[in-house]
Amino acid sequence: MSKVFLALQDVDEARPIVEAIRKDNPNAEFDHQPAMIRITADQELIIKRETVSNEIGADWDPQDIQLTLISFGGHVDEDDDYFRIFWQD
Amino acid sequence: MANRINMRDRYKHMTRLGWETSYQPMEKVFPYDRYEGIKVNDWNEWEDPFRMTMDSYWKYQGEKEKKLYAIMDAFSQSNGHLNISDARYVNALKLFLQGVSPLEYQAHRGFARQGRHFTGEGARVACQMQSLDELRHVQTQVHGMSQYNKFFDGFHEFPWWHDRVWYLSVPKSFFDDANSAGPFEFMVAIGFSFEYVLTNLLFVPFMSGAAYNGDMSTVTFGFSAQSDEARHMTLGLQAMQFMLEQHEDNVPIVQRWIDKWLWRGYKVLSLVSAMMDYMLPESPMSWKEAWEMYFEENGGALFNDLARYGITVPSYAEICAKEKDHLSHQVWGILYNHTAAAAMHTWVPDDAKMNWLSEKYPDTFDKYYRPRFEYWRDQEEAGNRYYSQTLPLVCQTCQIPMGFTEIEDPTLVAYRTTEYSGDKYHFCSDPCMKIFTDEPEKFCQAWMPPQQIFQGNCGGEGLPAVLEHYKFNLGADNMDYAGSPDETNWNKWKGLDGAGDGQVKAS
Repeated sequence: MSKVFLALQDVDEARPIVEAIRKDNPNAEFDHQPAMIRITADQELIIKRETVSNEIGADWDPQDIQLTLISFGGHVDEDDDYFRIFWQD
Repeated sequence: MANRINMRDRYKHMTRLGWETSYQPMEKVFPYDRYEGIKVNDWNEWEDPFRMTMDSYWKYQGEKEKKLYAIMDAFSQSNGHLNISDARYVNALKLFLQGVSPLEYQAHRGFARQGRHFTGEGARVACQMQSLDELRHVQTQVHGMSQYNKFFDGFHEFPWWHDRVWYLSVPKSFFDDANSAGPFEFMVAIGFSFEYVLTNLLFVPFMSGAAYNGDMSTVTFGFSAQSDEARHMTLGLQAMQFMLEQHEDNVPIVQRWIDKWLWRGYKVLSLVSAMMDYMLPESPMSWKEAWEMYFEENGGALFNDLARYGITVPSYAEICAKEKDHLSHQVWGILYNHTAAAAMHTWVPDDAKMNWLSEKYPDTFDKYYRPRFEYWRDQEEAGNRYYSQTLPLVCQTCQIPMGFTEIEDPTLVAYRTTEYSGDKYHFCSDPCMKIFTDEPEKFCQAWMPPQQIFQGNCGGEGLPAVLEHYKFNLGADNMDYAGSPDETNWNKWKGLDGAGDGQVKAS
């Protein structure tokens, strides 16, 4: 099974996103490197609008990931309610 | 949100703005995306997974710029250049500004061209956005490093150097090759091989390393650029998948381009290997670790995914796997030897650094490279710091001096040669020679710095004339870090021993 990854800037704006990833992807691993967080998981990672919005206490648009995303490995699937990366089998 | 159309429809309405031309046939309006042999059945199948439209593009880019410039202002107002770990670090930035930032500009031009020439409007819109991103990258990098230019040598003539100086022909010729290819090859070259597979190695661990060394400005412009890069990676992968899905005849063409461009990019990034392992005083991650994480692991996952199209990992991946234990040490050796003719400083790594390298490269550093560096250090201490006074033989394809060794014998320099049209051509490796023999009529025209110098096209005969042509401030931009004005100034600013008399010895 291949691993997908997401790298986010280690900044205030990314914290609720990281928390949401923790909640929605129980098997994700978090690696803190200087100024960034690298998150890996088997096959797929999902960030849900609802979970991040609950973390922030305000509506969060998945396109806002643009502001903190540094890199990723996998295919992107983005819609109004989620941002997902995955490998096909 | 209730009255707003959804993201998928928004994307469709705001990017499908093309039409069938009637005054002129379509193939005359878009003449360049056919001759490479890529067959396209339906351009409408092109889709940007980020579904980025121009209105959101401006919104997000505007926000990124505001954040970035706030930090760059703070960096400059607080003399942020004094907070870096050591002045040696600045040499990595010199190499970045001389070698990488001009590539951002080249990418801007390349994507602007594809943004005009693809028949499909979805592809055109995505390329136009990337073209604007790339222009932003070169501007913010120049702006970010302008603070360093006020206090350090080796920055002042970077565009002039990029077009002329020998080691910068490595990245320059890479992009010239891509920009003189057709639009689909350009997408595999830059969009896929460079952006998707390789830039992670440049922008992620290196920028994290910049943060680790106290360089707030560089990590900020680096990660700000990289936030665009995530979109570029998607475009590169989408372009590849699009070609592979449109027609099975496209598969072997795409495979040949992948093989060519991953190797071309790998050779360019060998400069980054030296930046990471030798130029960062504090290294959070070795080149080898970065290679394993970003090429072997992530690249491996990608190739597993592409296997369903019949795409395979390039055959030379084995060479890279063995070379990762040697690459940065050999590149640093080349730069050290030729630093009299380079607009940056080099040095022999100190004991702490050598111990770190032993730990990170247990199979090779102590056996092959530590003895070499210790010998060079002894020579320096005896007053014999060696600077090569001759021109190196460079590889016809990657244009790096022939300093890489045989994979099976790290003490023997690899050397390949072939003939074309009555002339002899030299290569550093089998893949570089293969790239040449696939397109000899293109690569025989490459602008080779040593040959150009010998032909008298670079200021005249002998090193002094060439360095004058390069517009180097002799003794300030070039030579060893020890004894440089950069070192003198740094020690003075930081109140360190060996501050000397503070005299700047620029010519």
